[in-house]
Amino acid sequence: MHLPPFAVLVDAHAAELHRFLVGCVGPADAEDCLQDTFLAALRAYDRLTHTDNLRAWLYTIAQRKATDLVRRRARRPTRDLDGVDPAAPAADGMTDGTLWQRVGGLPAKQRTAVVGRFVLDLAYADLGDRMGITAEAARQNVSVALRRLRSEVTDDR
Amino acid sequence: MTDDLERRLSAGAPRRDFDLAAFRTALGERADRAGLVDVAVGQLDSPLGTLTAMVTDRGLVELAYPGEGIDERLAEVAERVSPRVLAAAARTDPVRRQLDEYFAGRRTAFDVPIDWRLVRGFAGAVLAATARIPFGAVSSYREIAADAGSPNAYRAAGNALGSNPVPIVVPCHRVLHAGGGLGGYTGGLDRKRFLLRLEGVLDG
Repeated sequence: MHLPPFAVLVDAHAAELHRFLVGCVGPADAEDCLQDTFLAALRAYDRLTHTDNLRAWLYTIAQRKATDLVRRRARRPTRDLDGVDPAAPAADGMTDGTLWQRVGGLPAKQRTAVVGRFVLDLAYADLGDRMGITAEAARQNVSVALRRLRSEVTDDR
Repeated sequence: MTDDLERRLSAGAPRRDFDLAAFRTALGERADRAGLVDVAVGQLDSPLGTLTAMVTDRGLVELAYPGEGIDERLAEVAERVSPRVLAAAARTDPVRRQLDEYFAGRRTAFDVPIDWRLVRGFAGAVLAATARIPFGAVSSYREIAADAGSPNAYRAAGNALGSNPVPIVVPCHRVLHAGGGLGGYTGGLDRKRFLLRLEGVLDG
């Protein structure tokens, strides 16, 4: 079993994982989250017992780091008196910030599926490959997520 | 079926530019501080092109001339030393400094530690003998083979020199044919000539 030099993984996947994390946690925190992702990967790298689909392995870690960040934000004080949420991701670069905050709050797999589908513009087979699941399972994750988002958006009105 | 929500998700997807080179640097520094980089990689400018240095906790394990072989060299280090290979330029600073001084004519010997893990068997004896040839002197393949303990193994000595993972620092360019011919060089004969001129062995 030969693992590629870790630097090769960074060069091959950093840009796409960054776009993924921009979708998951917002533009302001994506790069920090990406550093945390690769650092955690590097920590575990020499103990890795498989070399198949290292990209999916990195996605799993990135998904976990995004979840950690969303939870840390939720634990911070939520609203100040003006109703502005100081813990919300910075709105720069977000044309539909509230909706994407809702995406961030989805269960991890559903969030990954929505971001993969709508930010990375992946076909279901490619999305499934990154999530380590079938194309059909990826499609179902997107579908469940959309249903949930639709009900939340309707509740707003 | 594409409804309003899906259109909003597609149209409003957040974006942010990404600078891979800057990210590589930042990640390498952080990983190095955390002690997670087993093989630190750094680029060094030199009159012979951009050299790639790879440094472990034991020392310089590889110094590569520019060219298409870099990916293979990185893969070899990953396989034989550790896959935790990452850009961390600060760790290659001592090598960079000594090479700068050497190319500026202010240094005639290197004292950076060397990690010999990529070298096996007879090649180790050949390279150890080569490391003893002083600045400004030359030797022959036959002499080096003899110094390494096998006077008749000069072809094997040539092969060992050709696979020297740390050229310049272990001066395989100082080994010539006994008849005066330059012999071979991993970095190409132009580089060998350059180094021998720098050391005053060749005119020009």
